[in-house]
Amino acid sequence: MLRRWGIGPKQTGKIAAAIVWMAAILTLLLLAFILVYVLWNGLPQLSLSFLFGNPTNMGRSGGIWPMIVSTAFLSVLSVLIATPVGVATAIYLTEYTREGRLTRIIRFGTEALAGIPSIIFGLFGFVFFVIYLGLGWSVLSGALTLSIMILPTIVRTAEEAILTVPRPYREVSFSLGATRWQVVTTVVLPGALPGIVTGIILGLGRTVGETAAVILTAGSALHMPHSLFSPARTMAVHFYILAREGISDANAWGTGAVLLISILLINVLINQAVQRLASRRMVR
Amino acid sequence: MPSPAKIEVRGLSYYYGATKALSDVSLSIPAKAITALFGPAGGGKTTLLRLFNRLNDLLAGTRRQGDILLDGESIFAPGLDVTSLRRRVGMVFALPLPLPLSIRDNVSYGPRLAGQHNHHRLDEVVEKALRDAAIWDEVKDRLDAPALSLSGGQQQRLCIARVLALQPEVILLDEPTSGLDPISTARIEESLQALKRDYTIVIVPHSVQQAARVADEAAFMLMGELVEHGPGAQLFTKPKDERTENYLMGRFG
Repeated sequence: MLRRWGIGPKQTGKIAAAIVWMAAILTLLLLAFILVYVLWNGLPQLSLSFLFGNPTNMGRSGGIWPMIVSTAFLSVLSVLIATPVGVATAIYLTEYTREGRLTRIIRFGTEALAGIPSIIFGLFGFVFFVIYLGLGWSVLSGALTLSIMILPTIVRTAEEAILTVPRPYREVSFSLGATRWQVVTTVVLPGALPGIVTGIILGLGRTVGETAAVILTAGSALHMPHSLFSPARTMAVHFYILAREGISDANAWGTGAVLLISILLINVLINQAVQRLASRRMVR
Repeated sequence: MPSPAKIEVRGLSYYYGATKALSDVSLSIPAKAITALFGPAGGGKTTLLRLFNRLNDLLAGTRRQGDILLDGESIFAPGLDVTSLRRRVGMVFALPLPLPLSIRDNVSYGPRLAGQHNHHRLDEVVEKALRDAAIWDEVKDRLDAPALSLSGGQQQRLCIARVLALQPEVILLDEPTSGLDPISTARIEESLQALKRDYTIVIVPHSVQQAARVADEAAFMLMGELVEHGPGAQLFTKPKDERTENYLMGRFG
Protein backbone atom coordinates (compact mmCIF):
# COMPACT_ATOMS: atom_id res chain seq x y z
CA MET A 1 0.00 0.00 0.00
CA LEU A 2 2.62 2.50 1.13
CA ARG A 3 4.99 0.95 -1.37
CA ARG A 4 2.66 1.89 -4.19
CA TRP A 5 3.00 5.56 -3.23
CA GLY A 6 6.73 5.20 -3.34
CA ILE A 7 7.19 5.12 0.44
CA GLY A 8 9.89 2.64 1.47
CA PRO A 9 10.68 1.15 4.88
CA LYS A 10 12.98 4.05 5.75
CA GLN A 11 10.28 6.63 5.15
CA THR A 12 7.74 4.47 6.98
CA GLY A 13 10.11 4.42 9.95
CA LYS A 14 10.43 8.18 9.89
CA ILE A 15 6.67 8.68 9.71
CA ALA A 16 6.12 6.23 12.57
CA ALA A 17 8.75 7.99 14.68
CA ALA A 18 7.07 11.33 14.02
CA ILE A 19 3.65 9.94 15.00
CA VAL A 20 4.76 8.38 18.30
CA TRP A 21 6.74 11.53 19.09
CA MET A 22 3.70 13.71 18.49
CA ALA A 23 1.50 11.43 20.58
CA ALA A 24 3.94 11.66 23.46
CA ILE A 25 4.10 15.44 23.19
CA LEU A 26 0.29 15.64 23.06
CA THR A 27 0.02 13.55 26.24
CA LEU A 28 2.58 15.69 27.97
CA LEU A 29 0.85 18.91 26.91
CA LEU A 30 -2.56 17.69 28.09
CA LEU A 31 -1.14 16.75 31.49
CA ALA A 32 0.71 20.02 31.78
CA PHE A 33 -2.38 21.98 30.74
CA ILE A 34 -4.61 20.36 33.37
CA LEU A 35 -1.94 20.76 36.04
CA VAL A 36 -1.30 24.40 35.23
CA TYR A 37 -5.01 25.19 34.88
CA VAL A 38 -5.88 23.76 38.29
CA LEU A 39 -2.89 25.32 40.02
CA TRP A 40 -3.41 28.67 38.24
CA ASN A 41 -6.97 28.87 39.53
CA GLY A 42 -6.33 27.19 42.87
CA LEU A 43 -3.01 28.42 44.18
CA PRO A 44 -4.17 32.04 44.70
CA GLN A 45 -6.82 30.73 47.15
CA LEU A 46 -4.29 28.98 49.33
CA SER A 47 -3.34 30.43 52.65
CA LEU A 48 -2.71 29.09 56.13
CA SER A 49 -6.25 30.00 57.15
CA PHE A 50 -7.62 28.17 54.09
CA LEU A 51 -5.57 25.04 54.81
CA PHE A 52 -6.07 24.95 58.57
CA GLY A 53 -9.40 26.73 59.03
CA ASN A 54 -12.92 25.39 59.34
CA PRO A 55 -15.36 26.03 56.53
CA THR A 56 -17.98 28.65 57.23
CA ASN A 57 -21.21 29.44 55.45
CA MET A 58 -21.39 25.96 53.79
CA GLY A 59 -17.88 26.34 52.41
CA ARG A 60 -18.48 29.71 50.78
CA SER A 61 -15.78 31.02 53.05
CA GLY A 62 -13.35 29.66 55.61
CA GLY A 63 -10.95 26.74 55.19
CA ILE A 64 -10.86 23.05 54.39
CA TRP A 65 -8.96 21.54 57.33
CA PRO A 66 -11.75 19.01 58.15
CA MET A 67 -11.75 17.88 54.52
CA ILE A 68 -8.00 17.36 54.49
CA VAL A 69 -8.23 15.31 57.69
CA SER A 70 -11.26 13.36 56.38
CA THR A 71 -9.48 12.54 53.13
CA ALA A 72 -6.38 11.28 54.92
CA PHE A 73 -8.44 9.37 57.47
CA LEU A 74 -10.63 7.66 54.87
CA SER A 75 -7.87 6.88 52.36
CA VAL A 76 -5.35 5.55 54.84
CA LEU A 77 -8.01 3.44 56.50
CA SER A 78 -9.21 1.92 53.23
CA VAL A 79 -5.65 1.12 52.16
CA LEU A 80 -4.97 -0.41 55.58
CA ILE A 81 -8.00 -2.65 55.11
CA ALA A 82 -7.46 -3.52 51.44
CA THR A 83 -3.70 -4.13 51.46
CA PRO A 84 -3.52 -7.16 53.80
CA VAL A 85 -6.51 -8.80 52.13
CA GLY A 86 -5.30 -8.00 48.61
CA VAL A 87 -1.70 -9.05 49.15
CA ALA A 88 -2.76 -12.22 50.95
CA THR A 89 -5.07 -13.07 48.03
CA ALA A 90 -2.22 -12.52 45.59
CA ILE A 91 0.04 -14.76 47.69
CA TYR A 92 -2.62 -17.43 47.74
CA LEU A 93 -3.07 -17.25 43.96
CA THR A 94 0.64 -17.43 43.18
CA GLU A 95 2.23 -19.45 45.97
CA TYR A 96 -0.35 -21.61 47.67
CA THR A 97 -2.40 -23.06 44.87
CA ARG A 98 -2.05 -24.34 41.38
CA GLU A 99 -4.01 -23.00 38.45
CA GLY A 100 -7.49 -24.40 38.62
CA ARG A 101 -11.18 -23.60 38.80
CA LEU A 102 -10.84 -21.62 42.03
CA THR A 103 -8.00 -19.39 40.81
CA ARG A 104 -9.90 -18.73 37.59
CA ILE A 105 -12.98 -17.73 39.57
CA ILE A 106 -10.96 -15.41 41.82
CA ARG A 107 -9.21 -13.83 38.82
CA PHE A 108 -12.47 -13.40 36.94
CA GLY A 109 -14.02 -11.90 40.05
CA THR A 110 -11.25 -9.36 40.61
CA GLU A 111 -11.23 -8.39 36.95
CA ALA A 112 -14.98 -7.93 36.93
CA LEU A 113 -14.73 -5.92 40.15
CA ALA A 114 -12.08 -3.70 38.58
CA GLY A 115 -14.39 -2.73 35.75
CA ILE A 116 -17.41 -1.77 37.83
CA PRO A 117 -18.20 1.98 38.05
CA SER A 118 -17.49 3.36 41.50
CA ILE A 119 -21.08 4.45 42.05
CA ILE A 120 -22.10 0.79 42.09
CA PHE A 121 -19.67 0.24 44.95
CA GLY A 122 -21.19 3.30 46.57
CA LEU A 123 -24.67 1.87 46.24
CA PHE A 124 -23.54 -1.47 47.63
CA GLY A 125 -21.77 0.27 50.52
CA PHE A 126 -24.88 2.35 51.20
CA VAL A 127 -27.20 -0.66 51.26
CA PHE A 128 -24.86 -3.02 53.11
CA PHE A 129 -22.65 -0.97 55.46
CA VAL A 130 -24.73 2.16 55.99
CA ILE A 131 -28.21 0.59 56.23
CA TYR A 132 -27.94 -3.15 56.83
CA LEU A 133 -24.98 -3.13 59.24
CA GLY A 134 -26.22 0.14 60.67
CA LEU A 135 -22.87 1.89 60.43
CA GLY A 136 -24.56 5.00 59.10
CA TRP A 137 -22.83 7.61 56.96
CA SER A 138 -19.42 7.27 58.52
CA VAL A 139 -15.69 7.11 57.95
CA LEU A 140 -15.90 3.37 58.59
CA SER A 141 -18.64 2.75 55.97
CA GLY A 142 -16.71 4.87 53.48
CA ALA A 143 -13.38 3.16 54.13
CA LEU A 144 -14.88 -0.33 53.89
CA THR A 145 -16.57 0.57 50.59
CA LEU A 146 -13.43 2.15 49.15
CA SER A 147 -11.31 -0.81 50.27
CA ILE A 148 -13.56 -3.13 48.25
CA MET A 149 -13.27 -0.76 45.32
CA ILE A 150 -9.45 -0.78 45.31
CA LEU A 151 -9.08 -4.45 46.20
CA PRO A 152 -8.86 -5.64 42.55
CA THR A 153 -6.11 -3.11 41.81
CA ILE A 154 -4.08 -4.25 44.79
CA VAL A 155 -4.59 -7.96 44.08
CA ARG A 156 -3.59 -7.66 40.45
CA THR A 157 -0.55 -5.44 40.89
CA ALA A 158 0.63 -7.56 43.82
CA GLU A 159 0.15 -10.73 41.78
CA GLU A 160 2.11 -9.31 38.86
CA ALA A 161 4.86 -8.13 41.20
CA ILE A 162 5.07 -11.53 42.86
CA LEU A 163 5.32 -13.28 39.49
CA THR A 164 8.38 -11.19 38.61
CA VAL A 165 10.36 -12.76 41.48
CA PRO A 166 12.48 -15.40 39.73
CA ARG A 167 11.29 -18.95 40.33
CA PRO A 168 14.82 -20.26 41.08
CA TYR A 169 14.95 -18.03 44.17
CA ARG A 170 12.00 -19.96 45.52
CA GLU A 171 13.70 -23.28 44.81
CA VAL A 172 16.87 -22.11 46.55
CA SER A 173 14.86 -21.06 49.55
CA PHE A 174 12.96 -24.35 49.69
CA SER A 175 16.17 -26.31 49.23
CA LEU A 176 17.67 -24.55 52.26
CA GLY A 177 14.84 -25.82 54.43
CA ALA A 178 12.33 -23.00 54.19
CA THR A 179 8.67 -23.61 54.81
CA ARG A 180 6.27 -22.21 52.22
CA TRP A 181 5.54 -19.23 54.48
CA GLN A 182 9.25 -18.59 55.00
CA VAL A 183 9.72 -18.58 51.23
CA VAL A 184 6.96 -15.98 51.03
CA THR A 185 8.36 -13.74 53.76
CA THR A 186 12.08 -14.00 52.96
CA VAL A 187 12.13 -14.19 49.18
CA VAL A 188 8.79 -13.46 47.54
CA LEU A 189 7.56 -10.40 49.44
CA PRO A 190 10.90 -8.56 49.61
CA GLY A 191 11.35 -9.05 45.87
CA ALA A 192 7.81 -8.00 45.08
CA LEU A 193 7.72 -5.04 47.46
CA PRO A 194 8.24 -2.22 44.94
CA GLY A 195 5.44 -3.57 42.74
CA ILE A 196 3.13 -4.09 45.69
CA VAL A 197 3.72 -0.52 46.81
CA THR A 198 2.91 0.71 43.31
CA GLY A 199 -0.45 -1.03 43.63
CA ILE A 200 -1.01 0.59 47.01
CA ILE A 201 -0.24 4.03 45.56
CA LEU A 202 -2.67 3.44 42.69
CA GLY A 203 -5.30 2.39 45.21
CA LEU A 204 -4.58 5.37 47.44
CA GLY A 205 -4.89 7.69 44.47
CA ARG A 206 -8.28 6.25 43.58
CA THR A 207 -9.59 6.66 47.13
CA VAL A 208 -8.32 10.23 47.40
CA GLY A 209 -10.03 11.18 44.16
CA GLU A 210 -13.28 9.25 44.64
CA THR A 211 -16.56 11.14 45.02
CA ALA A 212 -19.65 9.09 44.16
CA ALA A 213 -18.88 6.14 46.42
CA VAL A 214 -17.86 8.47 49.26
CA ILE A 215 -20.97 10.66 49.20
CA LEU A 216 -23.17 7.56 49.41
CA THR A 217 -21.26 5.96 52.30
CA ALA A 218 -19.38 8.61 54.29
CA GLY A 219 -21.85 11.41 53.71
CA SER A 220 -20.89 15.03 53.25
CA ALA A 221 -20.91 16.53 56.72
CA LEU A 222 -18.83 19.68 57.00
CA HIS A 223 -17.45 19.20 60.49
CA MET A 224 -14.31 17.44 61.62
CA PRO A 225 -14.75 13.64 61.98
CA HIS A 226 -13.93 12.68 65.56
CA SER A 227 -14.28 8.89 65.31
CA LEU A 228 -14.71 6.00 62.89
CA PHE A 229 -18.44 6.50 63.17
CA SER A 230 -18.54 10.19 62.27
CA PRO A 231 -19.69 11.22 58.83
CA ALA A 232 -17.04 13.01 56.81
CA ARG A 233 -16.55 15.10 53.69
CA THR A 234 -13.37 14.48 51.71
CA MET A 235 -11.64 17.09 49.56
CA ALA A 236 -12.93 15.51 46.35
CA VAL A 237 -16.50 15.55 47.64
CA HIS A 238 -16.07 19.12 48.89
CA PHE A 239 -14.81 20.17 45.48
CA TYR A 240 -17.75 18.43 43.82
CA ILE A 241 -20.36 20.04 46.06
CA LEU A 242 -18.83 23.54 45.90
CA ALA A 243 -18.67 23.41 42.12
CA ARG A 244 -21.90 21.51 41.46
CA GLU A 245 -24.04 23.66 43.70
CA GLY A 246 -22.33 26.86 42.65
CA ILE A 247 -21.33 27.66 46.23
CA SER A 248 -17.85 28.97 45.57
CA ASP A 249 -15.76 28.46 42.47
CA ALA A 250 -12.72 30.01 44.12
CA ASN A 251 -12.79 27.66 47.07
CA ALA A 252 -13.47 24.73 44.75
CA TRP A 253 -10.30 25.49 42.79
CA GLY A 254 -8.39 25.94 46.02
CA THR A 255 -9.54 22.53 47.19
CA GLY A 256 -8.65 21.07 43.79
CA ALA A 257 -5.14 22.44 44.02
CA VAL A 258 -4.62 20.97 47.49
CA LEU A 259 -5.98 17.63 46.24
CA LEU A 260 -3.62 17.61 43.30
CA ILE A 261 -0.58 18.62 45.32
CA SER A 262 -1.27 16.01 47.96
CA ILE A 263 -1.53 13.23 45.35
CA LEU A 264 1.78 14.32 43.80
CA LEU A 265 3.35 14.45 47.26
CA ILE A 266 2.11 10.95 48.15
CA ASN A 267 3.62 9.54 44.96
CA VAL A 268 6.99 11.15 45.49
CA LEU A 269 7.25 10.29 49.19
CA ILE A 270 6.24 6.66 48.81
CA ASN A 271 8.53 6.13 45.84
CA GLN A 272 11.43 7.50 47.84
CA ALA A 273 10.56 5.31 50.81
CA VAL A 274 10.49 2.22 48.60
CA GLN A 275 13.84 3.03 47.07
CA ARG A 276 15.41 3.53 50.48
CA LEU A 277 13.89 0.27 51.68
CA ALA A 278 15.09 -1.63 48.61
CA SER A 279 18.65 -0.32 48.84
CA ARG A 280 18.86 -0.99 52.56
CA ARG A 281 17.83 -4.56 51.94
CA MET A 282 20.69 -4.95 49.48
CA VAL A 283 23.26 -3.61 51.92
CA ARG A 284 22.25 -5.41 55.06
CA MET B 1 36.78 -51.08 51.61
CA PRO B 2 33.01 -51.08 51.14
CA SER B 3 31.57 -48.10 52.96
CA PRO B 4 28.02 -48.20 54.34
CA ALA B 5 25.31 -46.87 52.03
CA LYS B 6 24.09 -43.39 52.94
CA ILE B 7 21.36 -43.32 50.33
CA GLU B 8 19.62 -46.37 48.95
CA VAL B 9 17.47 -46.05 45.83
CA ARG B 10 15.07 -48.96 45.43
CA GLY B 11 13.22 -49.74 42.20
CA LEU B 12 12.51 -46.06 41.57
CA SER B 13 10.34 -45.02 38.62
CA TYR B 14 9.22 -41.44 38.14
CA TYR B 15 6.84 -39.75 35.73
CA TYR B 16 6.19 -36.16 34.69
CA GLY B 17 2.61 -36.55 33.50
CA ALA B 18 2.81 -39.30 30.88
CA THR B 19 6.57 -38.94 30.39
CA LYS B 20 8.69 -41.49 32.16
CA ALA B 21 11.81 -39.84 33.54
CA LEU B 22 13.20 -42.66 35.67
CA SER B 23 12.77 -46.34 35.00
CA ASP B 24 13.24 -48.84 37.83
CA VAL B 25 16.45 -47.29 39.17
CA SER B 26 18.24 -49.04 42.03
CA LEU B 27 21.45 -47.58 43.39
CA SER B 28 23.29 -47.34 46.65
CA ILE B 29 25.32 -44.25 47.39
CA PRO B 30 28.18 -44.70 49.85
CA ALA B 31 28.73 -42.31 52.75
CA LYS B 32 31.63 -39.82 52.70
CA ALA B 33 32.53 -40.30 49.08
CA ILE B 34 31.78 -38.54 45.81
CA THR B 35 29.25 -40.26 43.61
CA ALA B 36 28.86 -38.94 40.07
CA LEU B 37 25.65 -39.42 38.09
CA PHE B 38 26.62 -38.96 34.46
CA GLY B 39 25.22 -39.51 31.00
CA PRO B 40 23.64 -37.60 28.14
CA ALA B 41 20.97 -34.94 28.67
CA GLY B 42 17.50 -36.21 29.43
CA GLY B 43 18.83 -39.28 31.22
CA GLY B 44 17.13 -38.50 34.52
CA LYS B 45 20.20 -37.38 36.49
CA THR B 46 18.75 -34.08 37.66
CA THR B 47 15.38 -35.69 38.35
CA LEU B 48 17.05 -38.25 40.60
CA LEU B 49 19.01 -35.51 42.36
CA ARG B 50 15.88 -33.43 42.92
CA LEU B 51 14.14 -36.45 44.42
CA PHE B 52 16.86 -36.88 47.06
CA ASN B 53 15.78 -33.62 48.75
CA ARG B 54 12.18 -33.86 47.53
CA LEU B 55 12.45 -30.58 45.65
CA ASN B 56 10.27 -32.14 42.97
CA ASP B 57 7.41 -32.05 45.48
CA LEU B 58 6.88 -28.52 44.17
CA LEU B 59 5.89 -29.78 40.73
CA ALA B 60 2.37 -30.77 39.77
CA GLY B 61 1.38 -33.91 37.91
CA THR B 62 4.27 -36.17 38.88
CA ARG B 63 4.07 -39.80 39.96
CA ARG B 64 6.52 -42.08 41.71
CA GLN B 65 6.98 -45.78 42.30
CA GLY B 66 9.71 -47.25 44.44
CA ASP B 67 11.53 -45.68 47.34
CA ILE B 68 14.59 -43.77 48.49
CA LEU B 69 16.12 -44.52 51.89
CA LEU B 70 18.34 -42.11 53.78
CA ASP B 71 20.19 -43.93 56.56
CA GLY B 72 17.76 -46.79 56.09
CA GLU B 73 14.60 -44.73 56.42
CA SER B 74 12.26 -43.75 53.61
CA ILE B 75 12.36 -40.05 52.75
CA PHE B 76 8.80 -40.37 51.48
CA ALA B 77 7.47 -41.67 54.81
CA PRO B 78 4.18 -39.97 55.69
CA GLY B 79 4.64 -37.38 58.41
CA LEU B 80 8.32 -36.85 57.58
CA ASP B 81 9.32 -33.20 57.98
CA VAL B 82 10.44 -32.14 54.50
CA THR B 83 12.19 -28.99 55.74
CA SER B 84 14.43 -31.01 58.05
CA LEU B 85 15.09 -33.50 55.23
CA ARG B 86 16.24 -30.58 53.07
CA ARG B 87 18.55 -29.41 55.83
CA ARG B 88 20.10 -32.88 55.95
CA VAL B 89 20.34 -33.07 52.16
CA GLY B 90 21.60 -29.74 50.81
CA MET B 91 21.63 -28.74 47.16
CA VAL B 92 23.84 -26.61 44.91
CA PHE B 93 22.24 -25.60 41.62
CA ALA B 94 23.66 -25.43 38.12
CA LEU B 95 23.73 -21.65 38.04
CA PRO B 96 25.11 -19.76 41.01
CA LEU B 97 21.98 -18.45 42.67
CA PRO B 98 22.85 -16.14 45.52
CA LEU B 99 19.78 -14.48 46.96
CA PRO B 100 19.75 -10.67 46.61
CA LEU B 101 21.19 -10.29 50.10
CA SER B 102 24.63 -9.64 51.55
CA ILE B 103 27.30 -12.35 51.54
CA ARG B 104 26.80 -12.87 55.26
CA ASP B 105 23.01 -13.07 55.01
CA ASN B 106 23.20 -15.58 52.18
CA VAL B 107 25.28 -17.96 54.26
CA SER B 108 23.28 -17.48 57.45
CA TYR B 109 19.98 -17.77 55.57
CA GLY B 110 19.49 -21.50 56.22
CA PRO B 111 20.36 -21.41 59.93
CA ARG B 112 18.11 -18.36 60.39
CA LEU B 113 15.22 -20.21 58.72
CA ALA B 114 15.82 -22.99 61.21
CA GLY B 115 15.38 -20.49 64.05
CA GLN B 116 18.99 -19.62 64.90
CA HIS B 117 19.07 -15.88 65.63
CA ASN B 118 22.03 -15.59 67.99
CA HIS B 119 24.38 -13.21 66.18
CA HIS B 120 27.50 -14.56 67.79
CA ARG B 121 26.58 -18.12 66.88
CA LEU B 122 25.60 -17.12 63.33
CA ASP B 123 28.94 -15.37 62.81
CA GLU B 124 30.73 -18.57 63.78
CA VAL B 125 28.61 -20.64 61.40
CA VAL B 126 29.19 -18.17 58.57
CA GLU B 127 32.95 -18.13 59.06
CA LYS B 128 33.24 -21.91 59.24
CA ALA B 129 31.07 -22.44 56.17
CA LEU B 130 33.00 -19.87 54.13
CA ARG B 131 36.32 -21.40 55.22
CA ASP B 132 35.16 -24.90 54.29
CA ALA B 133 34.02 -23.66 50.90
CA ALA B 134 37.48 -22.09 50.42
CA ILE B 135 36.19 -18.57 49.91
CA TRP B 136 36.72 -17.02 53.36
CA ASP B 137 39.97 -15.23 52.50
CA GLU B 138 38.37 -13.56 49.49
CA VAL B 139 35.30 -12.22 51.27
CA LYS B 140 36.18 -11.85 54.95
CA ASP B 141 36.63 -8.09 54.63
CA ARG B 142 33.34 -7.49 52.86
CA LEU B 143 30.80 -9.83 54.39
CA ASP B 144 28.17 -7.12 54.18
CA ALA B 145 28.65 -6.50 50.46
CA PRO B 146 25.89 -7.74 48.14
CA ALA B 147 26.46 -11.34 47.13
CA LEU B 148 25.68 -10.39 43.55
CA SER B 149 28.85 -8.28 43.47
CA LEU B 150 30.99 -11.45 43.54
CA SER B 151 32.31 -13.14 40.39
CA GLY B 152 30.51 -16.21 39.04
CA GLY B 153 33.00 -18.65 40.53
CA GLN B 154 32.90 -16.90 43.89
CA GLN B 155 29.11 -16.88 43.81
CA GLN B 156 29.04 -20.63 43.29
CA ARG B 157 31.47 -21.22 46.18
CA LEU B 158 29.26 -18.91 48.25
CA CYS B 159 26.33 -21.16 47.34
CA ILE B 160 28.33 -24.16 48.53
CA ALA B 161 29.08 -22.31 51.77
CA ARG B 162 25.39 -21.57 52.12
CA VAL B 163 24.66 -25.30 51.96
CA LEU B 164 27.51 -26.11 54.38
CA ALA B 165 26.04 -23.67 56.89
CA LEU B 166 23.10 -26.06 57.21
CA GLN B 167 25.55 -28.68 58.49
CA PRO B 168 24.00 -31.21 56.13
CA GLU B 169 24.88 -34.88 55.81
CA VAL B 170 24.55 -35.05 52.05
CA ILE B 171 25.42 -32.41 49.44
CA LEU B 172 23.81 -32.60 46.01
CA LEU B 173 25.45 -30.69 43.19
CA ASP B 174 23.69 -30.29 39.85
CA GLU B 175 26.34 -29.37 37.24
CA PRO B 176 27.80 -26.86 39.70
CA THR B 177 30.53 -25.70 37.32
CA SER B 178 28.56 -25.52 34.09
CA GLY B 179 28.77 -21.74 33.90
CA LEU B 180 32.30 -21.34 35.22
CA ASP B 181 35.78 -20.91 33.80
CA PRO B 182 38.41 -23.69 34.16
CA ILE B 183 40.16 -22.08 37.13
CA SER B 184 36.96 -21.63 39.14
CA THR B 185 36.01 -25.18 38.15
CA ALA B 186 39.31 -26.54 39.44
CA ARG B 187 38.88 -24.70 42.75
CA ILE B 188 35.43 -26.17 43.25
CA GLU B 189 36.63 -29.66 42.40
CA GLU B 190 39.45 -29.22 44.94
CA SER B 191 37.07 -28.18 47.66
CA LEU B 192 34.86 -31.19 46.91
CA GLN B 193 37.85 -33.45 47.54
CA ALA B 194 38.29 -31.80 50.93
CA LEU B 195 34.59 -31.88 51.75
CA LYS B 196 34.12 -35.59 51.12
CA ARG B 197 35.91 -36.32 54.39
CA ASP B 198 32.83 -35.04 56.20
CA TYR B 199 29.99 -35.22 53.70
CA THR B 200 28.34 -37.62 51.32
CA ILE B 201 28.49 -35.92 47.94
CA VAL B 202 26.35 -36.65 44.88
CA ILE B 203 27.27 -34.68 41.80
CA VAL B 204 25.91 -34.43 38.29
CA PRO B 205 29.17 -33.43 36.59
CA HIS B 206 29.09 -31.20 33.56
CA SER B 207 31.37 -33.47 31.54
CA VAL B 208 32.70 -37.02 31.49
CA GLN B 209 36.15 -35.59 32.21
CA GLN B 210 34.89 -33.97 35.36
CA ALA B 211 33.16 -37.22 36.36
CA ALA B 212 36.45 -39.06 35.89
CA ARG B 213 38.38 -36.44 37.89
CA VAL B 214 36.17 -36.28 40.95
CA ALA B 215 34.19 -39.51 41.23
CA ASP B 216 34.88 -42.26 43.73
CA GLU B 217 31.70 -43.95 42.56
CA ALA B 218 30.02 -43.41 39.24
CA ALA B 219 26.66 -44.26 37.77
CA PHE B 220 25.84 -44.03 34.07
CA MET B 221 22.26 -43.00 33.31
CA LEU B 222 20.67 -43.22 29.90
CA MET B 223 17.07 -42.32 29.06
CA GLY B 224 15.86 -42.81 32.62
CA GLU B 225 17.67 -46.08 33.11
CA LEU B 226 20.64 -46.75 35.32
CA VAL B 227 22.87 -48.63 32.89
CA GLU B 228 25.69 -49.46 35.27
CA HIS B 229 27.39 -48.22 38.37
CA GLY B 230 30.54 -49.01 40.27
CA PRO B 231 33.83 -47.54 41.49
CA GLY B 232 34.91 -44.70 39.22
CA ALA B 233 38.32 -46.21 38.56
CA GLN B 234 36.74 -49.35 37.17
CA LEU B 235 33.77 -47.78 35.37
CA PHE B 236 35.76 -45.20 33.43
CA THR B 237 38.49 -47.61 32.32
CA LYS B 238 36.71 -50.94 31.96
CA PRO B 239 32.97 -50.37 31.56
CA LYS B 240 30.95 -53.57 31.53
CA ASP B 241 28.09 -52.36 29.42
CA GLU B 242 28.51 -51.63 25.73
CA ARG B 243 26.36 -48.47 25.99
CA THR B 244 28.60 -47.04 28.70
CA GLU B 245 31.63 -47.76 26.61
CA ASN B 246 30.11 -46.13 23.54
CA TYR B 247 29.25 -43.03 25.55
CA LEU B 248 32.70 -42.79 27.12
CA MET B 249 34.27 -43.20 23.69
CA GLY B 250 32.18 -40.28 22.49
CA ARG B 251 30.12 -42.32 20.05
CA PHE B 252 26.92 -40.54 21.16
CA GLY B 253 25.62 -38.01 23.65
